Amino acid sequence: MPEPAISVRNLVVSYDNRRVLDGINLEVARGETMVLLGGSGSGKSTLLRQIIGLAQPESGQVIVNGIDLSTRNRKELKKLHRSMGVAFQNAALFDSLTLEENVALPLRELTRLDDSTIRLMTWMKLSVVGLADFRKLTPQALSGGMKKRAAVARALALDPELLVFDEPSAGLDPIVAAELDELILALKKAFNMTVLVVTHEMASAFRIADRMAMLYQGSLIAVGTKEELQSSSHPRIRQFLDRVPDRIFQTASTRETLEHYLEGGLL
Amino acid sequence: MNYSMLDQVGHSTLGHLEYIGGLVIQSGRTIRALPRTFPMIGNWARWRSALVQMLAVGVDAIPMVGIMAVCSGFILAMQGASELRRFGAIQYVIDLVTIGFTRELGPLLTAIAVSGRSGSAFSAEIGAMVVTEEIDVLRTMGIDPVEFVLAPKFLAALIMLPCLTVVSSACGILAGGAFMRIATGMAFGVYLSGVTHSIVINDVMTGLLKSLAFAAIIVNVGCLEGLRVRGGPDAVGRSATSAVVKSTFLVILADVGFTTIFYLTGGQ
Repeated sequence: MPEPAISVRNLVVSYDNRRVLDGINLEVARGETMVLLGGSGSGKSTLLRQIIGLAQPESGQVIVNGIDLSTRNRKELKKLHRSMGVAFQNAALFDSLTLEENVALPLRELTRLDDSTIRLMTWMKLSVVGLADFRKLTPQALSGGMKKRAAVARALALDPELLVFDEPSAGLDPIVAAELDELILALKKAFNMTVLVVTHEMASAFRIADRMAMLYQGSLIAVGTKEELQSSSHPRIRQFLDRVPDRIFQTASTRETLEHYLEGGLL
Repeated sequence: MNYSMLDQVGHSTLGHLEYIGGLVIQSGRTIRALPRTFPMIGNWARWRSALVQMLAVGVDAIPMVGIMAVCSGFILAMQGASELRRFGAIQYVIDLVTIGFTRELGPLLTAIAVSGRSGSAFSAEIGAMVVTEEIDVLRTMGIDPVEFVLAPKFLAALIMLPCLTVVSSACGILAGGAFMRIATGMAFGVYLSGVTHSIVINDVMTGLLKSLAFAAIIVNVGCLEGLRVRGGPDAVGRSATSAVVKSTFLVILADVGFTTIFYLTGGQ
């Protein structure tokens, strides 16, 4: 059996004595698109930070492309980061640099390519995401969707084996979000990369995923194909898929409390 | 009650020790990354970044540092003259201003000005980079944020603080000359001749040595405050304030240490 691209074993993470991830086990095969689902505060961003090597676990292991992140070997980590592209939720482009300079940054910093090759490669990456004509602009001059696409171009700069997206559709209108989904599918098809997407946008998740994993209160409550998740009878998954709220705003009880307060009572 | 107070003292002490530890580790990493910012042997992009920082930290600060030094030089000369005149020793104002500025006021005034201008700017810039995940981006690219962001600022401050100290001392001493011209009608040439007699190369060197230490404090405190930002824009604002307060405090503390060492070893 081929080695998985990502292997998370018994991962435990706590902040201020509060367990955020509780014994997570997850494997992502090479060439697979795994979508990590979960509500706000479920721990999906924490898991993502562990997988991209930005944080250390309390216990457990994260192995990405055969490199154990807990070893903290700087050379190994550098090698790992060169094989990984990350598109952050807020794009995180450098405002003082043009799009071209943003995309060229990893090429200039981590390779010995000459200037003309870097310019050509940068143009190609920006063309892939449809932004080659905007390469001289700074991020302030771009829309939210364009910034996210530019972040994808930068993540692609070093031709990574693993592409990671943190909330790619967040804050985008449905059309731009759908465009980004198609871009992820096209990239995966063209470059046969492993893709990890963290999202809570269900339409986007079902469009791009090969498999899905659902986090709830720091634990994985389901890992499977989209069909398996869709047919799941797990109450929390059903609630998530069917958009059932946890609590409904109680207008009657609010009014009663307010009247009680206005009559001199305590809140 | 007692337990709670002890608990608070313990927590506070640990917090301060952790901060100092973080500062020492970060300083070590910045010093290690410093050669990468040198022209020829380092990375040209870092050197270019350091040049931009030199303009911001040094050249742009000249008017502020100059005006502060002129005012302080004038004040020092006036205060000194009012006392020394009673003993018929007004000419010692020249020594007071010259020694005062080369040993103490030049480096200290410069450090306070740079701490307020650039320490807060470093902290706000890096804090904003933390909030917008730009520092995380660098880490996930395998680029060391210390080398990319901190080291050029460190090199710029190490070069520009001694330069500004020279500007500050010169302005302060010239202001003393202006006062002596107004108060006693002393010719400027006579004043400058007195200055050349009072000035000691050892004082100038110790002043410049102090300015190097102050540069290291201002940059590292400013950058550490920025890197410790958690949350949103309000945290960036708090970190900028904290950077100025802490770096000014540490600069004065370091100055006490330096002056004590020079005093005890007979340097001053």
